[in-house]
Amino acid sequence: MKEYGYYPGCSLKGSSKAYEDSLLEVFKVLNVKLKELDDWNCCGATAYFGVDKDMAIAVSGRNLAIAEKSGFKEIVAPCAGCYLTLKKSNQFLKENPSEKIKNAMGKVGLNYNGNVEVLHPLQLFFRDIDLTEVAKNVKIPLKGWKIASYYGCQIVRPYKDFDDPYDPQSLDLIMNALQAEAIDHPCKTRCCGGSLTGTVEDVGLRLVYILLKEIKKRGANAIVTACPLCHFNLDVYQKKISSKFGEKLDIPILHFTQVMGYAFGIDKKKLGFDSLMVSTSKILRA
Amino acid sequence: MEIKRAVKYERELEKGFSQAVAELSGCEKIFECIQCGTCSSTCPVSLYMDYTPRKLMAMIKAGFKEDALRSVTIWICSSCYSCTVMCPAEIKITDVMYSLKRMAIQEGVFPKRFPTPVLAKEMTNIITNEGRNSELWVILKMLLKTNPFKLLSMASIGLSLFMKGRMGLKKESIEKKNELKSLYKAMKEAS
Repeated sequence: MKEYGYYPGCSLKGSSKAYEDSLLEVFKVLNVKLKELDDWNCCGATAYFGVDKDMAIAVSGRNLAIAEKSGFKEIVAPCAGCYLTLKKSNQFLKENPSEKIKNAMGKVGLNYNGNVEVLHPLQLFFRDIDLTEVAKNVKIPLKGWKIASYYGCQIVRPYKDFDDPYDPQSLDLIMNALQAEAIDHPCKTRCCGGSLTGTVEDVGLRLVYILLKEIKKRGANAIVTACPLCHFNLDVYQKKISSKFGEKLDIPILHFTQVMGYAFGIDKKKLGFDSLMVSTSKILRA
Repeated sequence: MEIKRAVKYERELEKGFSQAVAELSGCEKIFECIQCGTCSSTCPVSLYMDYTPRKLMAMIKAGFKEDALRSVTIWICSSCYSCTVMCPAEIKITDVMYSLKRMAIQEGVFPKRFPTPVLAKEMTNIITNEGRNSELWVILKMLLKTNPFKLLSMASIGLSLFMKGRMGLKKESIEKKNELKSLYKAMKEAS
């Protein structure tokens, strides 16, 4: 059984609990163990880098130091924001370790020697878990599902570690392994606006509207995401967007692990479908 | 109607600004900008900016410090890194945006009631003090400081999140809160 350190991040413990629940269930089936880091702290997201760069790196550095001390060579971060923030800080700490950051961390007993890698769960399916393993576990083939994969930005940019920054395929291939049809569309990595829906609403809502409209036009009956913030924007704001732009959108937004869990025949109650704002009754079997 | 001069005189520009920016990590390549406009065309939010990314790059090079730091552009940027990946001169434009954000905050010239910098500052404080972000509280603080009336329109979304078990009132925190606070202190002492 392969084991990784697990960095949930704030969203997976809060508004995207369904992502965490389904992720853990699916990885159990695939015989992958995720062990949560002790007393991890928030990664700081884009906010901290906009205020204080050295401290932003140190805030992420604390998590990396904890992971290293616990003996993990690799940690998995399911939130695209956490994934990028930890990865970016990791790169700074490995390539140009500033004495100032090192000393400050050392003063509070945090030592990091650069021996941890940060991974996104999607990446595992193209490294450590074979897609045939995914296909083998399918109990409910997703025949007739037309799924649009929405990757968002920070999983594939600026680091192009495992997929293309504009036309990625990883999510589509996983959906194919579940026997669903993956709809081709041009918005796979077009930004959802991130926190702009909450800060500059007019800008944020329009960005999400463009995504939903373009995807719907291409015949998808569901959208899968691999980032809690993308999911939040597309799911939670969908009703507001429908009324603002006078257009009924009504397209279910699912965490990719929820779709996998459903196809694996895992009890729906364990996958958090009830917590979604847009009803999934049109696509899920009763 | 007040008639104002719309063009800056050369002597009003801050000559050392471009050099100061270029010395920041991530901004090393700004002088290689060829003004092709790829950044602005690939940016999903450039149509909302007061200066598009291409213009902002030209302004930095010419020394428009005041205008660049006070711009809304840097606070509209959502860090999608499209410009960074596309730039033929390999300028890390997203990181340049971050550098300008930090300069604007340090010099206190960010738009005070604009939600993005307020959110960034509130979130940073919560993380330093508590170790974790509590989604509800950080949004409340931001709205109270920028546009309290918006609380009303946000209430229905908040309520449905609460009903679905996706938002709690609990304030999250880590066990070793002192670790991050001391780290912050050590960092401030060193600079």
